[in-house]
Amino acid sequence: MKNEWPLWEIFIRGQHGMSHRHVGSLHAPDAEMAIKNARDVYTRRNEGLSIWVVEANHIAASSPSDKGPLYEPSESKVYRHPTFFDIPDEVGAM
Amino acid sequence: MTRDEAFLQFLLRMGDNTLILGHRVSEWCGHSPVLEEDIALANTALDLIGQTQFWLGLAGEVQGDGKSADDIAFLRDVWDFRNLLLVEVPNGDFGRTLMRQFLFDAWHSIQLGHLMKSSDERVAAIAEKASKEVAYHLERSADTVVGLGDGTEESHRRMQESLDYLWPYVGEMFQSDEVDAEMVAAGIAPDPASLRDDYDALITRILADATLTIPDSRFGHKGGRTGKMHTEHLGHLLTQMQWLQRAYPGSNW
Repeated sequence: MKNEWPLWEIFIRGQHGMSHRHVGSLHAPDAEMAIKNARDVYTRRNEGLSIWVVEANHIAASSPSDKGPLYEPSESKVYRHPTFFDIPDEVGAM
Repeated sequence: MTRDEAFLQFLLRMGDNTLILGHRVSEWCGHSPVLEEDIALANTALDLIGQTQFWLGLAGEVQGDGKSADDIAFLRDVWDFRNLLLVEVPNGDFGRTLMRQFLFDAWHSIQLGHLMKSSDERVAAIAEKASKEVAYHLERSADTVVGLGDGTEESHRRMQESLDYLWPYVGEMFQSDEVDAEMVAAGIAPDPASLRDDYDALITRILADATLTIPDSRFGHKGGRTGKMHTEHLGHLLTQMQWLQRAYPGSNW
C-alpha cells in the first residue's frame, strides 16, 4: 500500500465550539490538500470555523491493554471531582 | 438586437456554462480515483448547478414568458445552448477533467470579479455569491494541476496531453460579438477580449509551476457561446441530463 496517500486526522472547531474536536480522518498527499479535503468532506453543512489536520502517524496513543493501571486507580478517588465547590458564574465554561 | 435580447443571451451564456460544466463534473460522482476527490468534485458540481439556478432564473425573468430555470435547463435542444465548447467536451481522465476545470475556473474568477461591479444589481449579486465558491474552485484545481503536472512522469505526460487537447477551446472565452458590445455599452459585463491579459498572466504562472508547456497557438474552436455549432458531445450529454423531464414531463418530487 505504499502508493496510498498518508492518513490525516481532522479536527474542526464548530460555529459555537470552544475547542477543536476530532471529526474523522481522510487521505491526502500533503497538509494543504488535507485541509482542502477536510473542507470538502467535513464542512459541507456549515459545521466549521477552523480546521486542524495532523498526520495520523504523528499521534502517540495510549495502549488499550494499559487501561487497568492507567485509569482504574482514579475510580476510587471521588474527592478529585470538583463537585464539592460552588463555582462562581464569572468563571464561565470549564 | 435590443438590450433585453442581448441581456438574455448573456445570461444564457453564463448559466449554460455552469449548467453544462456542473453536469460534466457530476459524471464523476462515484467514479473518482479517491473518495476525497469524489466528494470535492461533487461539491464543485453542486456549486455550479446552484449558480445555474440564479443565472437561468434571471434569464427566465428577462425573457418574460414565465419560464423557470428548470424549464430553460431541461426543455431546450442543442442549438439553444450558449455554453463554451470547453465545458461540453467529455471528461477524459481525471487529469483532463481537472485541467479543464482549471482553464475554466481561471476565466470564471476573472469574469465574476468584473461582474461584481455590474450596473445591473441582480448580476452583481449573483457574481458576489458565486465568486466565493469559484475562488475555492480555482485554488483547488490550480493546486491539483500543479501537483499532477509536477508529479510523476506519467501524471506529467497526461497533464501535458490534456493541456494540448483543451488549448484550442480556450480562445472562445475571449471572442467578442454584438451581444458583448451591447453588454459593455450597458455597463453590465466586460468585453471578453479585455480579460485575456489577466487570464494569460494567471495561467502562465500556474502552468509554469506545473512544469507544463502552453501550446504555441492561438487557434480557437468557436460556435458554443453563439450557439452556431456545438460539438457532437453536447447532444449526447443532453440525452442523459434531460432524460427524466423528457420521459416524464413535469415530473416533480
